[in-house]
Amino acid sequence: MEAMYAFFMDKAGMGQAGAHVTVAAIMATLMFIVMALCALVFTWMERKVAAFLQSRWGPMRTGRWQGWAQAVADMLKILGKEDIIPAEADKALFIFAPLLVLLGSLLAWAAIPWAPGFVAADLDLGLFYIFAVSSMVIIGILMAGWASNNKWALYGAARGAAQMVSYEIPLALAAIPVVMYTGSLNTQDIVIAQQGGIWNWFIFRNPFLFVSFFLYFVASIAETNRGPFDMPETESELVAGYHTEYTGMRFAFFFLSEYANLFLVSMIAVLLFLGGWWAPIPGLDFLPAALTFVIKGVLMVFLNMWVRWTLPRVRVDQLMHLCWKVMIPAALICTVGAGLWMMASGAAG
Amino acid sequence: MITDLIFVALALLTVVPAVWVAFSPNIVHAGFALLFTLLGAAGLYAFLGADFIAVTQVMVYVGGVLVLVLFTVMMTRVPQQGRRRHGLDHYVPAAVLSLAVFGLLYKAITSVQWNARAVPAQPTTAEIGVNLMSNYIFPFEYVSLVLLAAMIGAAILIREHRNGDGPDGDRDEEVAS
Repeated sequence: MEAMYAFFMDKAGMGQAGAHVTVAAIMATLMFIVMALCALVFTWMERKVAAFLQSRWGPMRTGRWQGWAQAVADMLKILGKEDIIPAEADKALFIFAPLLVLLGSLLAWAAIPWAPGFVAADLDLGLFYIFAVSSMVIIGILMAGWASNNKWALYGAARGAAQMVSYEIPLALAAIPVVMYTGSLNTQDIVIAQQGGIWNWFIFRNPFLFVSFFLYFVASIAETNRGPFDMPETESELVAGYHTEYTGMRFAFFFLSEYANLFLVSMIAVLLFLGGWWAPIPGLDFLPAALTFVIKGVLMVFLNMWVRWTLPRVRVDQLMHLCWKVMIPAALICTVGAGLWMMASGAAG
Repeated sequence: MITDLIFVALALLTVVPAVWVAFSPNIVHAGFALLFTLLGAAGLYAFLGADFIAVTQVMVYVGGVLVLVLFTVMMTRVPQQGRRRHGLDHYVPAAVLSLAVFGLLYKAITSVQWNARAVPAQPTTAEIGVNLMSNYIFPFEYVSLVLLAAMIGAAILIREHRNGDGPDGDRDEEVAS
């Protein structure tokens, strides 16, 4: 990033403000492209993983190998579809909602540290910022559900918002022990603190952090509204939840945001607990940092898909019971326990 | 020059939706317009170099309070366009109250000696944390006590009433007798 600023200020002769705006525009475009690629790859991956877990083939015809071009064909199909706005819908909100959902995802991506020094927004508050701006997705979902003027959409939106607001708490609480260990909310500092092989990753530092990782993982599945916590979209009850009335490009935005959020929570899991861009064993050092980071993220996404296609959906009351009576107390115990462990092992400054 | 432009943009982002919140006949639109006001306020905090406050503003108000407001608003029926009448009996008290609040705020803002010096923006999180745990430990703990009381109150309010134990049970008995 420093090199990019220097390039635009020295070589292109821009002022400091101009260089910052240019770099921000480049990074935003880059993030958007990576996001679109993610959605493309993950739709294909999801169908193949689901097929594998259900002992069938999944898409095999489009493209030569394993139906890899199916995602591209699906994307072209979705872009060519008619854009329908229901007559009774609240037009302004209906049009704005997908943009807001996508904006929430894109803003959160800004603070992801892909490689040493390579992060779109190197914020002192990185992690806190990510959790804060992802809450815009909730507003977008509520907006979509209400504007559709459709009872299934509204039910889906209300469920989605209730679920995401609840699970934000264990999600953030599970991250607190890591922040205590690092002494910083900066995403780069958190990764740098895990240098030196797999045993320095935060997940293996002490038993409380090990539990925190799983709390984070469960909460992140609920945050992304994916199975077994996919109540907002239950196709057997609510048609498709909050995006029931959306078609074509606008539906694609929700779709994009869903997979962007899936990769986002996976990458946060990697940077918090699984060593970020550091290779697990010294023999794998030759891989570029960003590639190591992305591979770990994709493995977390795979874990997420594995869970989704293995477990049956929970009920709404089970969902809330799990969040408020199991996960939040457990996360609080982990926070206190990790703090005591730090004091006992002399890691506290 | 650029800083002035940023300030004006943020101020407009805060004020224009706020006007909408006050005057929109559709209460759900008003709720969603609040989103931009809150984001604008967060932007102003960030612009002042208060990065922690800015992000907290988004976390608490957009992620928490606004979601609650929208939930509540969506439970109500949206009034049909034109059905709601604004008579003088609404406008006059509202205007008097707004002017009084404006006067109070104006007096407060102009009478305070602001520490108006430009300091380069520094990360504030660590300092806030240290202060909360040392100089301001009592207010911090006191606020957490208030929140705990609110939580217990909410839990009591939504507690299930068993038969003959609480308001619902009593009413059943009265009907039976």
